[in-house]
Amino acid sequence: MIDVMYFAWVRERIGEPRERVETSAATVAELVDELRAREPRYAAAFEDLSALRVALDQELSDFDASLEGVREVAFFPPMTGG
Amino acid sequence: MKVRVQTEAFDQGAELSGFAQGRSDLGAVVSFTGIVRDEAGTLDRMEIEHYPGMTEKAIGAIVEEATRRWSLADCLVIHRHGPLRPGDQIMMVATASAHRVAAFEAAEFLMDYLKSRAPFWKKEITKDGSTDWVDAKVNDEDALKRWEE
Repeated sequence: MIDVMYFAWVRERIGEPRERVETSAATVAELVDELRAREPRYAAAFEDLSALRVALDQELSDFDASLEGVREVAFFPPMTGG
Repeated sequence: MKVRVQTEAFDQGAELSGFAQGRSDLGAVVSFTGIVRDEAGTLDRMEIEHYPGMTEKAIGAIVEEATRRWSLADCLVIHRHGPLRPGDQIMMVATASAHRVAAFEAAEFLMDYLKSRAPFWKKEITKDGSTDWVDAKVNDEDALKRWEE
């Protein structure tokens, strides 16, 4: 089980801020494929990965990264702080 | 070094008078305050979302990197989240150093990285009720390139 979190318009498209996901995905990209296949709202949120960023256990990472030992995955658009 | 992530307003005057006080080894304090802008006069409010936990870690890492690159006597970052109105203060950064070049450069470095590497997202809500997530700018990402070592 892994905690998956969504922020900003990703959260709005999916309709919830976080969920527990049962997955055997080895990488972030595999997890994204599993989520996309679930329902159209996920497919809509993950339509263009170049518009998304991913953090693993609260550290910025990338879609090729391994999920081994990861407890928390977060998807969000590029950050707009400051 | 102090980092605060909060919904409440802050008093930049009070923050600055309390900043790096009582130090005689300082030659320069630089501060920057970011304010909600409404150039078109159509903005009702801005809502800033963040990623609790990661936000503090990311800002902490940016501050740590700044203190590694410049000799800073002190450093302050305050960033608000939640609903903000035009004219409200969003955030402030202050740096203190023996010399002004270090204080200016470190403040700019902090601002450039906070823009693109701290997990905040801004949503604009106009007076007619339409909403729009603010897109990251290519310029913001380019701004990081000048700091590459």
